[in-house]
This record gives sequence, C-alpha cells and structure tokens, in this order.
Amino acid sequence: MSNSPTTPGIAAARLHPEDYARHFDDLYPNYDPHEAMVAADRCYFCYDAPCITACPTEIDIPLFIRQIQAGQPEAAAKTIFDQNILGGMCARVCPTETLCEGACVREAAEGKPVEIGRLQRYATETLLARNAHPYTRAAPTGKHVAVVGAGPAGLSCAHRLALRGHDVTLYDAHEKPGGLNEYGIAAYKAAHDFAAAEVAWLLQIGGITLKQGWRLGADGTLADLQASHDAVFLGIGLAGVNALGLAQEDAPGARDAVDFIAELRQTDDLSTLPIGRHVVVIGGGMTAVDAAVQSRLLGAEHVTMVYRRGREDMGASDYELNHAANEGVKIITNAMPVAVHANGALREVEFAYTHPGETGLEPTGETFRLKADQVFKAIGQTLQGAPESLARAGRKLAVDAEGRTSLPGVWAGGDCTGGGEDLTVTAVAQGRNAAESIHETLMGAGA
Amino acid sequence: MANLTTNFIGIKSPNPYWLASAPPTDKEYNVVRAYKAGWGGVVWKTLGSEGPPVVNVNGSRYGAVWGADRRLLGLNNIELITDRPLEVNLREIKQVKRDWPDRALVVSLMVPCDEESWKAILKHVEDTEADGVELNFGCPHGMSERGMGAAVGQVPEYIEMVTRWVKQHSRMPCIVKLTPNIADIRKPAEAAKRGGADAVSLINTINSITSVNLDTFSPEPMIDGKGAHGGYCGPAVKPIALNMVAEIARSAETRDLPISGIGGVTTWRDAAEFLALGAGNVQVCTAAMTYGFGIIKELTAGLSQYMDDKGFTSVDQLVGRAVPNVTDWQYLNLNYVAKAKINQDLCISCGRCYAACEDTSHQAISMSPDRKFEVIDAECVACNLCVNVCPVQDCITMEALPKGATDLRTGEKVGDYANWTTHPNNPMAKAAE
Repeated sequence: MSNSPTTPGIAAARLHPEDYARHFDDLYPNYDPHEAMVAADRCYFCYDAPCITACPTEIDIPLFIRQIQAGQPEAAAKTIFDQNILGGMCARVCPTETLCEGACVREAAEGKPVEIGRLQRYATETLLARNAHPYTRAAPTGKHVAVVGAGPAGLSCAHRLALRGHDVTLYDAHEKPGGLNEYGIAAYKAAHDFAAAEVAWLLQIGGITLKQGWRLGADGTLADLQASHDAVFLGIGLAGVNALGLAQEDAPGARDAVDFIAELRQTDDLSTLPIGRHVVVIGGGMTAVDAAVQSRLLGAEHVTMVYRRGREDMGASDYELNHAANEGVKIITNAMPVAVHANGALREVEFAYTHPGETGLEPTGETFRLKADQVFKAIGQTLQGAPESLARAGRKLAVDAEGRTSLPGVWAGGDCTGGGEDLTVTAVAQGRNAAESIHETLMGAGA
Repeated sequence: MANLTTNFIGIKSPNPYWLASAPPTDKEYNVVRAYKAGWGGVVWKTLGSEGPPVVNVNGSRYGAVWGADRRLLGLNNIELITDRPLEVNLREIKQVKRDWPDRALVVSLMVPCDEESWKAILKHVEDTEADGVELNFGCPHGMSERGMGAAVGQVPEYIEMVTRWVKQHSRMPCIVKLTPNIADIRKPAEAAKRGGADAVSLINTINSITSVNLDTFSPEPMIDGKGAHGGYCGPAVKPIALNMVAEIARSAETRDLPISGIGGVTTWRDAAEFLALGAGNVQVCTAAMTYGFGIIKELTAGLSQYMDDKGFTSVDQLVGRAVPNVTDWQYLNLNYVAKAKINQDLCISCGRCYAACEDTSHQAISMSPDRKFEVIDAECVACNLCVNVCPVQDCITMEALPKGATDLRTGEKVGDYANWTTHPNNPMAKAAE
C-alpha cells in the first residue's frame, strides 16, 4: 500500500492488497445447503404465483423452490434454465425487490419475502458446479441463424436456437463474450469470473460458433448477414453514451462510467487501477451505482452520486441505493451539472439545484461545487451502430411482441429495443422469445 | 393464579405434568433435574425382572419426521425398557422419592406374563415407597416379540389377568398403559377396569417406519442396513391420542375410569385439550426430549393463565369439559350451515385456498385478476379446507348462518336441529316423533 484514501489526485494502490480481494468478492456468498433449506421452507407454493408473473422470464419459482425443499437443487436449476438460460447471472443481478421478491406474498405478510434470488443462485450454482449441460439439441434443421451480440439477449437467443436444432453463428465485437455481464456490471455481483464460466457452460449445448472481434458495420453489414443466413437476430445493446453537453467534460479525469466499469472488470490486479480521492458520479441508474460503489471499494475517500431529479425517479432500486449508502457513497438528488472546472486536470464540478417546472427541470438558482479528481458520467446509453434500414421506436429499434424488426428476417432484442428497462432478465426473455419466433418462421406452422 | 395441584388416583402432584416413562426418566440424574425444573411427577422408565438387564442396539434408536424449518413433528424409537440393573434403579427410586416427597413418582413395570414375576417385582417397588405403578402393556417393539408390552396390551384377557395379579399382590395404585396398536381402544380399557385398574394411561407409541433410505433401501432408523418398526410419538400422534382418550372418557363402560393422557403434548394448549377430553393429568415425553426439561415453565404458566382467563380455580374444573361434545357422526346437526369468510385485510393473496377449493372441494372461491379471493356462498359447503391450508391464522373463518337465514347453496332456510337418524335419505331412518 503505497497510497491511502487521502492521497491527493488520482492514484492506484490506496488500499492494502488483501482489501481488494475482500471488497470485490461476492456481495453475498452462496447459500450453504442448510441455509437453502431454511429459506426454501418459507415458500407457500402460491396458486398462480405472483412471483412468476413478476418475473420477465416467467420462471416457475414455486416449483423450483419446492424442488430445493425436496432435496434436488439440480432439478430446481433445470426448472430455472428452461425459462432463463442465464438464470445464474440473473440470480445475482436481478433487482429482485422490484420483481419476484417484491411480489412475494410473504413480503405482504411479513415484510420479508422468500429470498428467491439467493435460492435461484443456490440451485443454478449447484448444477453449474457439475459442469454438465442439461440440454441436448433437437435434430439438425439445416438452418443457419446469425446472432449479433453475445450479451444476455444474444446468448439467450443463440442457446434457444441451438436447442431447436438450428446452427448459430454468434458475432461479437469484444474480446470476450458476455456483453454487459462481462463488461458492464459491478465486479462483486459476478465474482470469480462467473460471467465467463456461465457463457462457457451455455455454449456446451453445441451448434453455436462464436465469432469474436466482429463489429456490425465495420466487419459486415446487415445485408451481408441476411445473404449468408436464414435469419438474423440483433442483440447489439446500447453502444453509445450520452454526453453532458458541457465544456471541458472530456478533461483528463472525466470519463464514461461504462468505460470505467469495463476496465475494472478486465483488470486482474485491482491495486493497479487508479482512482481519485474525490470522485463524482453523475446519474441515477444502476450504472451510476456500480461506478460509485466500486470507486469507494477501490479506496476513493469521497464519492458523491448526483442525480438531476428526485430519488423516486432514480433508475437504481432502493436496494442498490441503500447498498451504495452503506458503502459510504453520498447521494445528492435534484441537482444537475452546469459546469466542469478543470485546470489541465479536473478540479470541480458545479451543480445547480433543480425543481420540476412547466417545461421540465428548472434550476432553482442555487448552485454548489464538488471537488472532483474524477468524474464518471452515467446519464444513459444510446443506440449506436444499428443499421439505418431498421425502423426506430423512439431512440431504440422498433420490434413487435415477438421481436420482429421492420425488416423481414431480422429480429432484435435486449437493450437495443424498448420496453425492458434495460434489465438483464428482460434481455434474456426477449432473446428467448425471438428465437422461438425465428424457429416458427423458419420451420413453418406446427414447428 | 390458578391452582394446578392434582390428585390423580390418590397420587398428589403440584401440577398435572408428569414425564412419561421413557429415556428422560431412566435415572436419578435426569429425574432430579426434571423435578428441579418444576415437573409435577415422573413415571420412571420401565423396570424389568431381576437378572441380566435387557440390551439395546448400539446404533440409531430414533427416527424422525420433520415439518418446515426442521421442526420435529414425529419421533420414533426402538429403545427397550431400562438397560440398567434392577437394583440400581430401585435404589435410586427410593432415594429420589425420599428427597422429593411432594412430587409424584410412579414406576413403570414390564415383566413376563406369569404371576410370580409380577409378585416379585411389586414387592421390590413397594419397598421404594413410590406412589404407584404403571403397567407397560404398550411398547410395540422388541419386548412385544418376547410376549411382553404390546403383546399383552393387544389381548384384553391378558390385561385383565395381569392387572388382577397386580391389585392382588400390591396395595399401590395401578395405572394400565394402553397400546394404540389395536382396533378398538375401549376393549383394553374395559379389561383393565375389570382387572381392577385404578386408571389407564394412553397412548403408548404407534408402530411405525419413519422413512426409507433410498440409497441403501433400509428403513430408518437403520441398524447395519436393516430396520425394525419402532414406536411413533410426538406432535404428529396427538390427534390419534385425543380420540382414544375421548373414546374411553365417553364410553358408558369406562367413563368413570381415570385417564392419564399421553401423546404429543408439546404446549400448555395440548395439555388443556387432553384434560378437557377427560384426562386427569398428562404425561409428556417427546417435547422434553426435543427441547429439554425447561418447557415445563411454559406448560405450567400457560395452563395457569388459561385457567385464570376461564375462571377455573382447579384442574378438576377443566377435566372432561369437552367430553359431552364428543358424539357420533349420526348425531351431528345436519341443519347447521356455515360459510367460509375471507378477511380481506388479513389475506396475503397466496391463493392456496383457491387451489384447494378448485382441485378438491366445491369450486367455491373466486379469484379476480388482481388476486382478490372471495367465497361464493352459493357453492360453499363450509368444508374448512380453505381454513386448513391458509398460512395466515384467522384469515379465513367459518361463519354459522343464523336460524331462518337462507343457504344460498340449497335455497333452503336454516332449520332446527336434525340429524341423520331422521333424515329422509337414510333408509334406516326412524320417523320423527
């Protein structure tokens, strides 16, 4: 430890070496079998259970919990994977308090839901630990589908297509598959290289050829893909980021939060990753929280998250915000950045307090400045690199209920399309559903 | 503060809770600690004849059935009677009775089915100045293969014969402990009474296999790959015990025979139920084995508070109060009409009542798109299944219709008491007078 949290400026190694391992390990360790049995015992096996309705992938939650109760977590995992092949990651990253656990009747009864997320993790991890893939492919159909983007939507789509007997080429621009699972979420949610392990396990189904370092547009066009495949699925996510629109917002020390998180995720020795003494994160979503919390975990002394609207409008869940507060992140709401002050390096960010006005947010006239060695911008991502030939719905690709785009033979899902609040679990559902739609289309009625 | 003192067939104890003859009462060390904890009495674990004591298995003696959160609901055992030398037990019994004169101390006995064996053991027990004896005609495992325990308890003539010997050769109060592994519990109770028993105690344990190991295919508890049926007890057997106690309490032949109630007593409430069904006291075993002797504080304080709440000043006032309400099905009022009612404030919308009613009962609960569950009075037969499966206590209740109200299911008005014996559908019905 050459530095400390109070070392001025941007510095690496602010912590003891052993602190890094502890800080970035699993936020919650997996249940042991006893804990799983105690937690599973609390499930009432509700009729037409609200937790299932609340799950975007509609996992039969009471069934899988009953299978844990009955001593077969592997069977429980199969129940989960039947609906959500990325059930392992979703168990870690889903905002369960607003989904399944928020709908749990024991939340209504006692304010303490069945811990569905942790039970799902227990089940899926038990099966993944066997490193055996529980699915076998249907007879080959002779069809070949291009899936662009190896994130949650693309992986889910590719797996389901392979399951149905189609051959899939999975194109991805990055060095590693996994998309945001690999690059875009906090390390402590996917500790021990879980994202890579999950993808490797998923690909065991066979029939999926991974083509990495391939970028849509640069390495091939949509038309090229259509010409060489029977169908195309686009799960290209949101590659662009919104800018603040302020002078000096690219001053040294200021960067996009997604880049910071991606770099952190790909850094083996986190003591080499520099972090500011004073860090300001602008934004109110999950990305902002992940950047802010991990800044603290790297040893930043002061981390402030600033959001232009009220707490109720923040994209991050209460659970995430409480976690951030627990980790020492200061959260300021109703304040928007109005100036970045830099003198070569970044020095301060100036904010104006806001209140809702007739034409949107209006400054109250009161301003304040926060010291900032680093600023992470997390004010939203945008569609980038999507073929212009596809119709848009707002700022995203337009798709129907089955994921069909405006172009016949082309489907899309995940964050590049609307309606999912950019959740991993929604992307998985959309990828899966698009695969079924592609399958029906390719095989005709009765497929 | 209600007076919990009981006088059961002349045996006084400061409260109606005795520890049943079982592993917790096998030696002075345990019994003294039980008395210190506050137990009113003890039935010392069954003594056998003089000579080499029995031997027990050296593997698992107990098997179990669990509920949610691994709460022990049923316990099974293949332990035999005491495996300590007779003289050691007798010496300790004498000492304990001398040290604890205000507590009940009854000695359980099981010797071969001949008069001399019983005469001999009774002499020894009288010398200890114990308060009475309990004849173990109930143990269903091991000893029954040797012609003792349940082997006697399943033959009323043997019960009568042995009880008579005991009353002939001893002036001690005699309790006959009955096995439930029999078709009609009234028969052994009548036999005990004919033999001169002062009381019966029931139930002893029920023949059982708690589970099967699906890897080794051996029953549990397992001894070297094999298993033998054991005796089942604990909360799971309470309903069986309550019925058997009630049968004896309401039978014309045995209604004056004192009963010591045994079977799954876990809280004060269980004890109060046994007392209400005619037991003069209760014996406890599994709860003490599960939670230790400390539960006696809840058992006594709970019963005392309940009695105060009800205005009962002595245990006698509670004993048998529910017996007149135990009847035969044919006398149940067929004009009693109730309907389930769901308290929407308490409902947590789990839908278990709906599933149960749809799949089992009369499709009498409706479910709205926003998960509101309501009873359809025109379909509800008041079966109570919804109440039983609801996880929230008192969320669903059964509400009786007042006389004269219309039952929406049948369209008929609620009438006066009428039962099956006079029902027009009954081919054996007698015309109403």
